[in-house]
Amino acid sequence: MSAPFDLNDDTVVVIIGTGAGGGVLANELAQKGVSVVALEAGGRYLPDDYINDEWDSFGQLAWTDPRTTSGDWRVAKDFSGLPAWIVKAVGGTTIHWAGASLRFQEHEWKAKTAYGDVLGANLLDWPIDAAEMAPWYDLAEDKLKVTRTGGRDGLPGNNNFKVFEAGAKALGYEEVHTGRMAINSAEYDDRLPCQQTGFCFQGCKWGAKWSAAYTDIPRGEATGNLEVRDNSHVARILHDDSGKVTGVEYFDKDGNLQLQKARIVCVAGNSFESPRLLLNSASPMFPDGLANSSGQVGRNYMRHMTGSVYAVFDKPVRMWRGTTMAGIVQDEARHDPSRGFVGGFELETLSLGLPFMAAFLDPGAWGREFTSALDEYENMAGLWIVGEDMPQETNRVTLNHDVKDRWGLPVANVNFSDHPNDRAMRDYAYRKGAEIYDAVGATRTFPTPPYPSTHNLGTNRMSEKARDGVVNKWGQTHDIANLFISDGSQFTTGAAENPTLTIVALAIRQADHIARQMSSGEL
Amino acid sequence: MTSKTGPKGLSRRQLLLRASAAGASFVIGSGFIAAKDAAWASETAALKPETFATLVQMARDIYPHDRIGDEFYVIAVKGYDDPASAEDIEAGIEALDAAARGKGHASYLDTGWERDRVDILRGMEESAFFQTIRGGLVTGLYNQKAVWPVFGYEGESYSKGGYIDRGFDDINWI
Repeated sequence: MSAPFDLNDDTVVVIIGTGAGGGVLANELAQKGVSVVALEAGGRYLPDDYINDEWDSFGQLAWTDPRTTSGDWRVAKDFSGLPAWIVKAVGGTTIHWAGASLRFQEHEWKAKTAYGDVLGANLLDWPIDAAEMAPWYDLAEDKLKVTRTGGRDGLPGNNNFKVFEAGAKALGYEEVHTGRMAINSAEYDDRLPCQQTGFCFQGCKWGAKWSAAYTDIPRGEATGNLEVRDNSHVARILHDDSGKVTGVEYFDKDGNLQLQKARIVCVAGNSFESPRLLLNSASPMFPDGLANSSGQVGRNYMRHMTGSVYAVFDKPVRMWRGTTMAGIVQDEARHDPSRGFVGGFELETLSLGLPFMAAFLDPGAWGREFTSALDEYENMAGLWIVGEDMPQETNRVTLNHDVKDRWGLPVANVNFSDHPNDRAMRDYAYRKGAEIYDAVGATRTFPTPPYPSTHNLGTNRMSEKARDGVVNKWGQTHDIANLFISDGSQFTTGAAENPTLTIVALAIRQADHIARQMSSGEL
Repeated sequence: MTSKTGPKGLSRRQLLLRASAAGASFVIGSGFIAAKDAAWASETAALKPETFATLVQMARDIYPHDRIGDEFYVIAVKGYDDPASAEDIEAGIEALDAAARGKGHASYLDTGWERDRVDILRGMEESAFFQTIRGGLVTGLYNQKAVWPVFGYEGESYSKGGYIDRGFDDINWI
């Protein structure tokens, strides 16, 4: 059989979501000859469609369907309907991501062992480790053409990086460079080298940054084994009396409810929609939602400990020119409890255009303290902090039955409060970020609060034992053999690194596992 | 160009409406709107002229940028000069004037020092009216492409080939 596939074809693998997890999984399976139907809630946008304008691009790409928020995080106050800044489109948030592609450190696979008991944290070791993942990381880095791996050069540093690098080196930091980035430093894989355009977050119009939208998705489709149905919003996963999943109900582009049968279902809708879908699929047999015998579906939501530091200088920087995430300091990524917290963090340059700087520098602020900062926009440099946050059972995605989306489905409520370890790490990182800029003459620095989350992790976590989590070491749910989780929601813990490379590596590995189990008849 | 009509003989008000729909660039250089006589305030559609003038002052006091002319603040709040929102805006500005009178001023506009006006605004910053105006300004003011050069921001760069040959690493003071 080749694409397109019939709704009643129950031999296909249905993948829900087409981002770093689902998009890669779809192509990897298609390359192995497996028939795949990928259902994507968003539309299809390619580099020619991307817009070098922050708000216009946000309107084009962002997931703005209703969600609600609670907890003490500031996002719940300032952006109560927008807990995440992620993409609704074929290719998912790989259109928006900055491109930072870092492997986990060895100890981060075993956070509970490495950090010990942390009061209030629901830490757990991953059932896999660095040695297990090394070959899959190799494949992921080669797929994405990550700089500073595989003999590829690093990217050149822009103005924002030069300020950051000089400050970091003045402080004595040693692991300072222009990052390991899925942005071409030379032409690879039919993708152009970076043209230093900026607007990495708005979709790379050159295609220099890897995105599933214009690599894995069309390549999977070219095999004839992958059919992507865009503007298709999955409402429910169905199962039979034996407890195996049998297909999915979705609203198609015309708003009609359709039923696609399936041999295997893989959920990759990011860490809000994936647990929401499992919970919205509750049935008499599974009254708490699918794959939820542990009660862990939706729990342990992590968003990385983040924040930004912007600094003003007495001369122009023009940080928006060139790669948005143009360099990194890795010295603080180690686990060193003498700093007053467990785990570590990365410091990565970041810039926002003027419109988003106005929205995110200090949300809700007004008056001259705020506007005198924006007046110095041209003289600003900026960095982003990304560190490991603590999983907590009460940080969770639940269904909000009082708020329905356009299809009448309960929306996700996202409850989040910082753990004391998160706060201690953020305060320390704010100080270090300010010191970097002070070391090269900053006249003023701003400890900027976290933006709506881009790194959404952990709400269907991987565990060795079924009682501790939702999926096993392959992303296969403990409860239902032919139901998989294929996105960042399977993360047991978050580590300090940007998650996309790990999501891609896990997806390549999961495709291998699914194909083997299909061949052997186990699935 | 006269102060009465702009290009193609459009009235100021027609121009303003068009400008607020299209962004600021249409207005720049036409001369009339930046004039000190606040002529724009007398050409309102649904709001009382003094209400609109107060609203513009309020917008500037919320996000004061001394290098940005009134025309940008006018454009940022012009959308409220509409029958659908006029009642709420009139009520909000009346409350603002009442707060000013409570502090011994004749009105908000007649409050001479910015610090006194800010003090009045601080007293109502939790109100829905204030938050609506402030929230709307974040995009209404800062997403006007014509104000970006005031901040040095260069906007779109793809059509110019990015910055690879245009100074992405031209910093020379570090």
